[in-house]
Amino acid sequence: MGADTTSEPGAIPIMEVRGLRKSFGGVHAVRGVDLTIRRGTIHAIVGENGAGKSTVGKMIAGVIRPSAGEILLDGREVHLHSPRTAIDSGVAMMDQELAMLSARSVLDNVFLGNETSRHGMLDLNAQSARFEELTASTGFVLDAKTIVGALCVADQQKVEILRAAARDARLIVMDEPTAALDGDESKHLHELIRRMRDAGTTIIFVSHFLEEVLSLADTVTVMRDGLVIQTTPASGESVESLVNAMLGRSLEITFPPRVAPLKDTDPTLEARGLTSIGRFEGIDLALRPGEIVGLAGLVGSGRSEVARALFGADPVDAGSVLIDGKPIRLRSPKDAVRHGIALVPESRKDDGLMMLRSVRENIGLVALRRHARGGFVRSRADRVATSTTLERLSVPTARSESVVSTLSGGNQQKVLFGKWLMFEPRVMLVDEPTRGVDVGAKRAIYELIRELAEDGMAMMIISSELEEILGLADRVVVMHRGRITANLPAAEATEKAILQAAFGMEPQP
Amino acid sequence: MSGLALDPTTPPQKVTASKRVGNFLKLGRDYGIAAFAVILFVVLSLTTNNFLSGQNLRNVLDQSVAVGIIACAGTVLIIAGGFDLSAGAIFAVAAIVGAKATNAAGPEVGIIAGLAAGAGLGLINGLLCTVGRVNHFVGTLATSFAFAGLATILSGASLIIIADASFVDLAGTKLFGIKSSTAIFIVFAVACAVLLNRTIVGRHIFASGGNVRAARLSGVSVNRIVAFGYVLSGTAAGLAGLIVVSRTLSVNDSVGGSIVFTAIAAILVGGNSVLGGEGAIWRTLVGVFVLAMISNGFNLNGIDPLYEQVITGGIIVFAVGADAWARRSRT
Repeated sequence: MGADTTSEPGAIPIMEVRGLRKSFGGVHAVRGVDLTIRRGTIHAIVGENGAGKSTVGKMIAGVIRPSAGEILLDGREVHLHSPRTAIDSGVAMMDQELAMLSARSVLDNVFLGNETSRHGMLDLNAQSARFEELTASTGFVLDAKTIVGALCVADQQKVEILRAAARDARLIVMDEPTAALDGDESKHLHELIRRMRDAGTTIIFVSHFLEEVLSLADTVTVMRDGLVIQTTPASGESVESLVNAMLGRSLEITFPPRVAPLKDTDPTLEARGLTSIGRFEGIDLALRPGEIVGLAGLVGSGRSEVARALFGADPVDAGSVLIDGKPIRLRSPKDAVRHGIALVPESRKDDGLMMLRSVRENIGLVALRRHARGGFVRSRADRVATSTTLERLSVPTARSESVVSTLSGGNQQKVLFGKWLMFEPRVMLVDEPTRGVDVGAKRAIYELIRELAEDGMAMMIISSELEEILGLADRVVVMHRGRITANLPAAEATEKAILQAAFGMEPQP
Repeated sequence: MSGLALDPTTPPQKVTASKRVGNFLKLGRDYGIAAFAVILFVVLSLTTNNFLSGQNLRNVLDQSVAVGIIACAGTVLIIAGGFDLSAGAIFAVAAIVGAKATNAAGPEVGIIAGLAAGAGLGLINGLLCTVGRVNHFVGTLATSFAFAGLATILSGASLIIIADASFVDLAGTKLFGIKSSTAIFIVFAVACAVLLNRTIVGRHIFASGGNVRAARLSGVSVNRIVAFGYVLSGTAAGLAGLIVVSRTLSVNDSVGGSIVFTAIAAILVGGNSVLGGEGAIWRTLVGVFVLAMISNGFNLNGIDPLYEQVITGGIIVFAVGADAWARRSRT
């Protein structure tokens, strides 16, 4: 794990950070951080959402400017005013949210801001040659001419990595690079990161996935509330020790157990032979009151697409959806809402929340009709309902007038749940319930899901974290390439069985 | 993004100096334009003899009526995520239709016909930019040409004079010391503010402009909401057209002029975001009055009105720039 690189007396660290601070409109996100990044190492930064780790990463890469403190590169103080100056100093960043020109080609994106030119004209031949070198050295298979918007997220991630490589970055900041990747793709990325490290590149790796951090990093820094708690060699840490350091208290992820036994009732929602050409085919599903169905599968297997179709967000080519045994028409999400179906989408920023509006406006959006008379919103009823919902989610009610973008990821996710909680749906489809959410909020969300199911809601959860499916689901449906390949009761749903079905293998007893 | 928010037991933060400065900046962003309007008002009161007279102020207000009505409806539309470049052309068509219908069947029919024409053309815009999936700027730029042509065809490229002098009453009736046109403007502005802040449709307007995908996935009929915004904008342009015709009892096809740009300028000067999902009617009203005061001040001080346009442009750049800076510091 590169532990031998830990001590080189006298060597100047590639980067030193001293007293780094950043506040946003009076809120202190980072409150005086000191870091020493040694050359040629993988240095992980972990912490709950809102601990300030992404903010530190962004300041190091010149994406945002520190309020105070200094950054030393190769022992000399630098002022990284912009990503441009950072890149010129050899520091590049891979963002949590991919920054791509989706209508341009892979080649254009890889060399964006770093174009090779001759006499002021683009030198496409030189770029293509360099692209070949880059793909050869990374082992990625990508066509330079493909339009980036047509690629899946994992491939777009590869473009982002190639972009950093093309800039000859000596120090790369990676913010949650594997969040959108499935297991296999993550492994490829890890391999690549190690190879880059061995070739002398320094990596700052910001991640939620602690196992990943432990297997990959040489050094781990734990942050909490905008401060560094500890920086230690990764070899001496474990998941438990990191979580403890992070939270300042012991908190194991536990899944709330089922209390009431499952009853064999008629399904609330049923799908029969649901087909959307090119996305999924012949999907039969039954969601019963009180039951949590886990929909597993690799990224791209059609899980999210099925959920969107059940919600009327995308049209289907064949098949039917039934509520209480009666077929319904789903032309738009509005129809689904009328039938009491809710969808908590995968991306709260793109599909879920109005980031620049208040918590109250976001939470009230769906159930507004109940707090209105003759089309006019009754402010009092609206406020009371918002407070009640926030209390149930243990979000401070003082937050109800705050702009959503100022909330931590965990609280944003809770607001997203709250919107549907207030609406009291009969069926809830949850796509990635805890994406980009810290450990504490995760547990609160698991408890909420379990509680809602116990109260008689029919739940379906989609998750890339197998642990989440295993911990919560009463039944696991597995998809592979747009088809259902397994339908397992909780007792038979082992990690092995799910993975085999997800990879399209015949079950081997 | 503060970790503090996660833990409800964390005691509230102490108010620090930097937080106070931050609050001050936020206040400046939110109310800077209002402060500017007040300063402008005081400066004009001190530098000219006539500005502060009741007669002059009533005139300033009344001259802002047409722009103000179009700008208020335009604000609703921009918040919903739309943009209407054709309001000036609709203004002309509605004025001409209103004048011709008045001559044919009397003032009541004329007013209804003018408003209906505005609403109808607004609906065309709405369908084009929602169901038709045409970009808002491109779509209404195209219809602004088409509607302007329609105005010329309807008027036969000549001046239409309204024979029934009672049509003057629409804008010219005295009510509580102000003209009825001013009263219509006030009622319309209040109605738009109530619509935005107190109704379900208003919430859906903010949702549609703020995050169209999230709005749709929350069961909001985004297309219907945006189309409604266009109908409102068209109707408002029609109302403004009728008021202007009512003052002079005559209209030709060039009546629309640059009114749509003045209205958009007022919306932006007030600090509304062109990106949608955010904004307020009071901002637009402040914008309308800032522009009106500048124009009035130039007039009273005898300065070449050509400079007025340069100043207006400068203020728009400043207001939009301030908005962009505020957004940047928030990320």
